[in-house]
Amino acid sequence: MAAKNWFDRTRVYDAMIDFENLVIDTTHGQILYVEGISVSFDGFKALNDLTLYIGDGELRCIIGPNGAGKTTMMDVLTGKTRPDKGTAFLGQQIDLLRMTESQIARAGIGRKFQKPSVFENLSVWENLALALKAPKTVWTSLFARFNGEQRDLIDETLAIIGLEAERAQDAASLSHGQKQWLEIGMLLVQQPRLLLVDEPVAGMTQQETERTAELLTSLAGERSVVVVEHDMEFVRSIARTVTVLHEGSVLAEGPMHEVQQNPRVIEVYLGEEC
Amino acid sequence: MSLLMRSGLFTGDVGGKMLIGILAVAAVVVPACNLLAPPDSTFYLSTYTVTLLGKYLCFALLALALDLVWGYCGILSLGHGAFFTLGGYAMGMYLMRQIGSRGVYGNPDLPDFMVFLDWDTLPWYWLGFDQFWFAALMVVAVPGSLAFVFGWLAFRSRVTGVYLSIMTQALTYALMLAFFRNELGFGGNNGLTDFKEILDFDLQADTTRCALFALSAATLGMAYLACRGVVNSKLGKIVVAIRDAESRARFIGYRVEFYKLWIFTFSAILAGIAGALYVPQVGIINPSEFQPLNSIENVIWVAVGGRGTLYGAALGAVLVNYAKTTFTEIMPEVWLFALGGLFVFVTVFLPKGVVGLLSRRNSDGS
Repeated sequence: MAAKNWFDRTRVYDAMIDFENLVIDTTHGQILYVEGISVSFDGFKALNDLTLYIGDGELRCIIGPNGAGKTTMMDVLTGKTRPDKGTAFLGQQIDLLRMTESQIARAGIGRKFQKPSVFENLSVWENLALALKAPKTVWTSLFARFNGEQRDLIDETLAIIGLEAERAQDAASLSHGQKQWLEIGMLLVQQPRLLLVDEPVAGMTQQETERTAELLTSLAGERSVVVVEHDMEFVRSIARTVTVLHEGSVLAEGPMHEVQQNPRVIEVYLGEEC
Repeated sequence: MSLLMRSGLFTGDVGGKMLIGILAVAAVVVPACNLLAPPDSTFYLSTYTVTLLGKYLCFALLALALDLVWGYCGILSLGHGAFFTLGGYAMGMYLMRQIGSRGVYGNPDLPDFMVFLDWDTLPWYWLGFDQFWFAALMVVAVPGSLAFVFGWLAFRSRVTGVYLSIMTQALTYALMLAFFRNELGFGGNNGLTDFKEILDFDLQADTTRCALFALSAATLGMAYLACRGVVNSKLGKIVVAIRDAESRARFIGYRVEFYKLWIFTFSAILAGIAGALYVPQVGIINPSEFQPLNSIENVIWVAVGGRGTLYGAALGAVLVNYAKTTFTEIMPEVWLFALGGLFVFVTVFLPKGVVGLLSRRNSDGS
């Protein structure tokens, strides 16, 4: 298949695609189409025929016990893990499974890791500057200058994440919560259409958690946000729709109060905590 | 913050300013002390010393190149000597062709070792090396393309860490074995030597030696500025970002392998230039320059000076080589032990090298 494609003169090569400016077709109201995805590691089925749709502008929480496949799902959507079968589309036309991590990022999916992952030896300002939505080839980077608009965006973001005073500090000197915020800020300047956020409030204080909840809620609407979280309190405070994963597939989906009543959900997950 | 906040090339770079200053002074003073001072004056520097200092500067350039990939991108290359030596061979081939019919066998077309091997024509890959511009191009192109191909294969397959280091080591070892073979046409284990002239200047003349020294100093200075420019640019920040959190860099949309490839190739080109300046000064290039030990020594220079600072690498190269010269004159058999001890000492007590020690002193004092 691949060999035949080499000689196909109608083939669109990756180098010909402007990933920064791909049009995400959400005319049917959905931004993410995940259908029948299965992933197995050495026989263990991390994802088992997972089907999931995320609406454009939606804020969705995904919960589930350890090993339910939440992080694996994010790995598949961001190109880190290739599934054994299934399809994943951003909008109606962009096939995520054929793209690399960097292409997916440039096409408009931002990801926040579970463990805060920032560039420790660069300043807060530089961390944001590198994440900016801008051409990301080697040559443009060598001669890149930042224009006023980009500087303004960085300044605005610094204000949103409350790190204005720390802008010149190395990211390594930030507290755990501040690093989490910086990483969220890096997602914001990337201006993605879809944010995948893995446990954003892990290790945050009560106050920080509340501010994070506000921020994520305010983002939804213009962007779609998918949050994976263990903290049920937090999920209750932000969620409109909740998806419960169990053993690699969707167990239940709906508004939080309905999901909480679902006997199977109580059995596998909520039961442990409630 | 540097360039990202619109400031100059040297903002906060005291070490860099000092390096450029020292090089500028040395480029004038060292030749003057050799050519103008009378031999019995205290200021007189022998031609041997000038050449030795020139050699140190070539090593400093190699260390600078290595620091760019190791200090800033986290790629520990244990084979940078290969790029250095290839650049050296390209220059050596030009110098060989300059000998013309003045070789032992007096053959106008073939270098001595080819006559000795009973070859009757010049191999195709020696064509063009009688032209300086072509040799100069090859000094850059050969190490550059080897690094490009090697890096392309390694970085695309996401080979990192110790595996990559071992592969670079194997690369230089393989080249050493290949160049030892007479059939390859690069003079076998004797290498290339007996050079007479470079661009029609007598290589034994004091003026030529001094000019080569000044040229080495100027090249090191310019390479430093180029590296500083790269490190201060957005690309430089991305490279550091890749070193610290490779997958984060990938998930904000950078093609990590292309950045690594660029910096690795650029570094190999600098190493090649260092080799090309080295060969006319020492007068010989042979396959032992490829030996893995040399590449490991390069790493030690950078570690001793202080990695991730650029000027520290240059300083480290000069310091360690000065120690090597002194040691090997007094007790040659102890040198390797001293070198190993030095590496252990620096790793344990001076993780940021000599430069780190000096800056710690400064901040304690103020």
